[in-house]
Amino acid sequence: MLSQNGIPTAEDLQQVMPSEERLNKGPVAIAECFQCIPCNPCSTACPVHAITVQPDINQTPVIDWDRCIGCRQCVAACPGLAIFVVDMAYRPDMATVTIPFEFLPVPEKGMKAQGLSRAGAPLGWFEVVEARQARGNNLTWLVTLAVPKDLAMEVRNIKAGGYRNE
Amino acid sequence: MIRDIDLMIVGGGPAGLMAALAAAEAAPEGAKILLCERDEALGGQLVKQTHKFFGSEKQHAGERGIFIGRGLSDAVHAEAKIEVMTDATVLGLYEDGIVTVLNDDKHLKFRPRKLIVATGASEKFLAFPGNDLPGIYGAGAVQTLMNVSGVKPAERVVMVGAGNIGLIVSYQLLQAGVDVACVVEAAPKIGGYLVHASKLARSGVPIRTGWTVKEAFGDQELEGVVLIRLDENFQPIEGTEETVYCDTLCLAVGLSPLAELLYQADCAMTYVRELSGAVPVVDEDLMTSVSGIYVCGDVSGIEEASSAMVEGRLAGFAAAKALGWNADLAQAEIEKAREELNELRSGPTGARIRAGIAKVQERREGSC
Ligand SMILES: Cc1cc2nc3c(=O)[nH]c(=O)nc-3n(C[C@H](O)[C@H](O)[C@H](O)COP(=O)(O)OP(=O)(O)OC[C@H]3O[C@@H](n4cnc5c(N)ncnc54)[C@H](O)[C@@H]3O)c2cc1C
Ligand code: SF4
Ligand code: SF4
Repeated sequence: MLSQNGIPTAEDLQQVMPSEERLNKGPVAIAECFQCIPCNPCSTACPVHAITVQPDINQTPVIDWDRCIGCRQCVAACPGLAIFVVDMAYRPDMATVTIPFEFLPVPEKGMKAQGLSRAGAPLGWFEVVEARQARGNNLTWLVTLAVPKDLAMEVRNIKAGGYRNE
Repeated sequence: MIRDIDLMIVGGGPAGLMAALAAAEAAPEGAKILLCERDEALGGQLVKQTHKFFGSEKQHAGERGIFIGRGLSDAVHAEAKIEVMTDATVLGLYEDGIVTVLNDDKHLKFRPRKLIVATGASEKFLAFPGNDLPGIYGAGAVQTLMNVSGVKPAERVVMVGAGNIGLIVSYQLLQAGVDVACVVEAAPKIGGYLVHASKLARSGVPIRTGWTVKEAFGDQELEGVVLIRLDENFQPIEGTEETVYCDTLCLAVGLSPLAELLYQADCAMTYVRELSGAVPVVDEDLMTSVSGIYVCGDVSGIEEASSAMVEGRLAGFAAAKALGWNADLAQAEIEKAREELNELRSGPTGARIRAGIAKVQERREGSC
């Protein structure tokens, strides 16, 4: 259970998932942020005002997925590293997952990196389709992996180091 | 020689820095504001917080603690009305209002008209057999080694405490290339923010709630620990012992307010569990029972940098108001700060703090 081991359950996740219809349209943000804590940088970062933390900053974020354009600004801003962008329209059989990453070395575009589950279990080797650092003093990297569609809601971390050059 | 000054601030963490900036904003030309910090640099806890902070934009949320600290320190250094003294430990507060400071091996004396104490907190320790072995540290010490001195502090760590400090320092240990065997927490639930816990979980670090350290062992230095499961009443369950090998055990079992100076000044103190220890009894301007002595930040109850900064502003403007500096501005800013504090503390994670502050308030009213 989330409050005992830090791993969200299927029920937790269900509450924060966009509809299948929206997922199939293209990149969209998912905030895996389940606890009322005093925090709102995700909402101030969003250029199209798709995220609200209302009526006060202690609420959990609510994303308007019809507004979200999948730009990933909130992924970089979130201090909890709790937001991911998933693009189910990447390829017929492949999706991408953008993960906030704060370890060295950072994998480069074209390399393969090991994807990990929410429990840290390895799920396979996936191609890095983009790796860029957020601007200024933020320093968080946004690494996007191409994964089979059935793993798009499973891969949530990258094992640091040991990347494959292929 | 005794130097007369208008305002002295003790402690250059987020609370003290904001207090100094607030007071300077209200102060007339020629005002004498002195900030004393015992460390070599300003910033307090922020100098080692490499993670992004929570809160709202007003309290720099989303920014990394180190950069928040640097921004505040730069602003204080740039403010002509504030004199900064680092490597300056405030030793004593005397009945006649004299404050003594040890700086550069010299013992200096000041007579400030108002005083703001923002000394922060110290780490708690835990009692168990073997806790004096080399290799057992407070989480703060490990964080300083790693993030201030750039030393890899261990190869394999067991962290005790799943509050925010335990969770954050574990994550930073992973970033430094240290293996974190597990995080052990006696309570049945994670105390820190769950987003911090999830970061560790997806890096493969098990968080073991309902467990504690039974003993630590090692010949010359730490070689491992024995963990044991706890029942609902926090009693160890015989036969559940498990050995985990590690070269470092890190304790993140809480902070308590660093209030020695307040005791010396004979400020009324009261023990409030929700605020993590004995805290000064304060009024709505954060003034203690001793007229002219104010407090802000962790010394008045363990909370967060975000609230420490806002409390700093409140105390800074309150002291300015009491000094007769720009009273209208000061009063308006005091009210803004109170509102911001209410907002920060309004949610469920602020419930504990609200309960603690209510107790302090009750005890103040009971005493007058
Ligand atoms: C690992 C960790 C992670 C944290 N993460 C967050 C977070 O994400 N968000 C958040 O909001 N907060 C966070 N905090 C909490 C935050 O750092 C503290 O609440 C905050 O620093 C308190 O500010 P302060 O100014 O009261 O005390 P401090 O920052 O402790 O500063 C007190 C200063 O006073 C000085 N001092 C003490 N005694 C004397 C003396 N006698 N003479 C002169 N100087 C003295 C000390 O050297 C110190 O510099 C974290 C804390 C830790 C340890
Ligand atoms: S991905 Fe961009 S548009 Fe979508 S919620 Fe995040 S910041 Fe807003
Ligand atoms: S910034 Fe991240 S942790 Fe903060 S409320 Fe938004 S999603 Fe949650």
